[in-house]
Amino acid sequence: MARTVTTHRKILTTLLAWAVGLLIFFPIFWIIVLSFKSEGDAIKTPIQVLLSAWSFDNYATVQERSDYFKHFSNSVLISLGSTFLGILIAVPAAWSMAFVPSKRTRGILMWMLSTKMLPAVGVLYPIYIGFIRLGLLDTRLGLVLILMLINLPIIVWMLYTYFKEIPVEILEAARMDGARLREELLYVLTPMAIPGIASTILLNVILAWNEAFWTLNLTAAKAAPLTAFIASYSSPEGLFYAKLSAASVMAIAPILIMGWFSQKQLVRGLTFGAVK
Amino acid sequence: MATQHSRSAARLMMAPAVILLLGWMLLPLTMTLVLSFKKYLPLRGGDLGWVGFDNYVRFVSSSAFWPAVTTTLIVVGGVLIITVALGVLLALLLDQPMWGQGIVRILVIAPFFVMPTVSGLVWKNMFMDPVNGFFAHLSKAFGAEPIQWLSQASLPSLIMIISWQWLPFATLILLTAIQSLDSEQVEAAEMDGAGAISRFRFIVLPHLARAMTVVVLIQTIFLLSVFAEIFVTTAGAFGTKTLTYLIFQRVLESQNVGLGSAGGVYAIILANLVALFLMRVVGKNLDA
Amino acid sequence: MKLRNALCAATAVSVMAAGAAHAENLVIATVNNGDMIRMQGLTDDFTAKTGHTVEWVTLEENVLRQRVTTDITTKGGAFDIMTIGMYETPIWGANGWLVPLDDLSDGYNVADILPAMAGGLSHDGTLFAAPFYGESSMIMYRTDLMAAAGLEMPTAPSWSFIAKAAREMTDRDNEINGICLRGKAGWGEGGAFITAMSNSFGARWFDEDWNAQFDTREWSDTLNFFVNMMGDAGPAGYATNGFNENLSLFQQGKCGMWIDATVAASFVTNPNDSLVADTVSFALAPDNGMGVRSNWLWAWALAIPAGTQKKMAAKQFIEWATSNGYIELVAEKEGWANVPPGARTSLYQNPNYTSVPFAQMTLDSILSADPNNSTVDPSPYVGIQFAAIPEFAGIATEVSQEFSAAYAGQQTVAEALAKAQDITNEAMEAAGYR
Repeated sequence: MARTVTTHRKILTTLLAWAVGLLIFFPIFWIIVLSFKSEGDAIKTPIQVLLSAWSFDNYATVQERSDYFKHFSNSVLISLGSTFLGILIAVPAAWSMAFVPSKRTRGILMWMLSTKMLPAVGVLYPIYIGFIRLGLLDTRLGLVLILMLINLPIIVWMLYTYFKEIPVEILEAARMDGARLREELLYVLTPMAIPGIASTILLNVILAWNEAFWTLNLTAAKAAPLTAFIASYSSPEGLFYAKLSAASVMAIAPILIMGWFSQKQLVRGLTFGAVK
Repeated sequence: MATQHSRSAARLMMAPAVILLLGWMLLPLTMTLVLSFKKYLPLRGGDLGWVGFDNYVRFVSSSAFWPAVTTTLIVVGGVLIITVALGVLLALLLDQPMWGQGIVRILVIAPFFVMPTVSGLVWKNMFMDPVNGFFAHLSKAFGAEPIQWLSQASLPSLIMIISWQWLPFATLILLTAIQSLDSEQVEAAEMDGAGAISRFRFIVLPHLARAMTVVVLIQTIFLLSVFAEIFVTTAGAFGTKTLTYLIFQRVLESQNVGLGSAGGVYAIILANLVALFLMRVVGKNLDA
Repeated sequence: MKLRNALCAATAVSVMAAGAAHAENLVIATVNNGDMIRMQGLTDDFTAKTGHTVEWVTLEENVLRQRVTTDITTKGGAFDIMTIGMYETPIWGANGWLVPLDDLSDGYNVADILPAMAGGLSHDGTLFAAPFYGESSMIMYRTDLMAAAGLEMPTAPSWSFIAKAAREMTDRDNEINGICLRGKAGWGEGGAFITAMSNSFGARWFDEDWNAQFDTREWSDTLNFFVNMMGDAGPAGYATNGFNENLSLFQQGKCGMWIDATVAASFVTNPNDSLVADTVSFALAPDNGMGVRSNWLWAWALAIPAGTQKKMAAKQFIEWATSNGYIELVAEKEGWANVPPGARTSLYQNPNYTSVPFAQMTLDSILSADPNNSTVDPSPYVGIQFAAIPEFAGIATEVSQEFSAAYAGQQTVAEALAKAQDITNEAMEAAGYR
């Protein structure tokens, strides 16, 4: 029997859901509004803010002050690079843990996750010195490596939970048919693993994009991504709401748009094996 | 047997990856451990030799230590409670049929994409500022005295900011879980005359247990290392100094790397204690 | 941007052809305040003159400090020039981390740098950083509100007069606070203010054996005086107000008086930004009749880390950015009131500048600050609003957080002082002073 829903109830749910959705989204909406206002208008009451003149001036000012596209392309390269490198290393490991589990697999997984709780700042000095020696300071390659390292536990765990959902019977059947390991990987498992890998990639691109400790502390002029870009707009002298809003919008817009377009894919991956 | 053969082949093939992975992740841990036994003061020439457990003793005996532990637990606990509770409600709501479900879902998940730095700056300046912030304007419009969010209600404000960022994550996982709920079971219960509350209590909630565990576990990992939000809002003032922040203060503001590293080791211990606790209490749900 | 780089490159090529040294690309770390951002806009002038190009790393003050400190202590070489303050310069110079600026060209005229600034940016008589601008602190006040209160500001007022005037000028119904002062946590924010203020109350951070002094009556007097005055006449939520917040309040006409950096004078008198530009006047920071005023001394300066490969080009940049030529360039584009103040003696002899309303008071404030004798009782440290030891920044940040919690009413003044005493002694023990 299908559930019948009265239109009355649907209207109520719709109203409530939209109200909640807009409330949660409001801070982002508000900085978008402020970013189109003059500094003087941006501190007025909300009504006055909405009624005041709109302009693109802040975006022009921000772009003039700091080269947005340089920071943007660094962000893209670093977040994509670290994610793909991480996937490359994590897939075989997660694979073996999921399909050839040993008694220690669970323990190793938990331990890996717990290393994520290691406060990054504690190893800043040794890593910094290491980066100088290796010539990685202020390079995109250096950031790709370090972000890959810090996100690896999450990548492995996500892939592991995903791979575990793949029914082992299929593997057994393929093996019975005499499939070799390479073929097993290529034709049987890979197609089934693709959605999981895709959502892992998405989540990690977001995490890498938003990482603000290493990206700030290991860069100077060349490799600095958008997190460094935003660090020059917090509390300069005088009024700064409008410029800060514009810079904020510029920093979050790309990942927000990517997230929106890929949200279906992302949702599937975010389950972390939570759904049976 | 073929299976046996391919099993060991698989193991052999995967071994380098696993070893590399483990080694790669041991690196920072080892460095932290080594430094924690050293007197390492960058502004006084760097490595000044081994000092045994001095740093460990000093870190715990500092007057800032226990308040930092308490603050950490309050922040993590507060955010977990808020995001899980609101997440369940929101997931239930979003599961109902409505118009524009896709758009509402997009609005709800948006905060998850916002950089923590940006989120801290936006909340601090555009919303919580007691003179020009949105909330201040709002209270003035109602004739009330604006609240000094970040000084007089510092911890609740911080928890609110972080919850805003993590609510989408909790909601999404819980929503996916709810959508996998067997609707026939719910309907059967409905037919049996079970009210909405008891349906929620006895069918939906148990079904969500596993998803909640995952939310709690993953969020705890990230919440224990929350940093940017505190750095840009209160910079550790007004009782918002978490353990991670205290370590930051020791390493970068006081330039005492050894002391900070000892704090890092304590942080890992705390993290593992929390993880162990979680595994005991809710971990059963994770075992397939 | 690309176009600009191409232009720079073209200029560089032509300069090279003219026989100059080969062009370098300098990476400069700097703070995101108005004067520095203005300098970024004028960099083309430097490139045109020398052929060197410049890449800016502009960061918020706290992030900048972290970033450059990590780099200098590890000799990372990520930056060719760093923007640092009067606190870092002597410490880093003593460690040999900075290139001595003892061979600047004759045309630059090092002797023209204000002695107070040169002194604070030197170690053992060697200059390690060139001041881009220098500041002290002074009172900025609203002449209209002062008159309405029936009072007249002396040029060198006392704290008791300031407290009285602040209470008289306060008009809560019209959102006018008698006085706005820094309460924000951070050693360079509220920490700097209260330390400078405490000097005039006879307090000090350390006695001559490096024992913390927060258990003294002088500190308790300072903090109680501050909290009482701010409670009666300060803005709501002053515990989170720093320089920027107070500037914004003053510009909106919500403060009767503001005691803060002298550089703020050009912002509060600029009619484009300030609603009260016409009614601002200035006075020396208050004292308490003990012979020490409560003004500080600070400079944002440019220094060359010893690790850089581009010393020559970096020196050329510093000579350009801190020269009289640069001051004239800004004056030409933005007017004399907006030139970087407080660095050079000749600026205060320039008739174009002496007519600027705050020029004389800025100079007087700078001249009355003495980092070597900042406290009433003798102290073992150099510095007015800081003690020039490596541990100070960390300690003072924590101490100022305790103070801010007292300002916000989360603890009493006595509790804050007791914690400050513990924090400071603990840290000094860890560092091996005690």
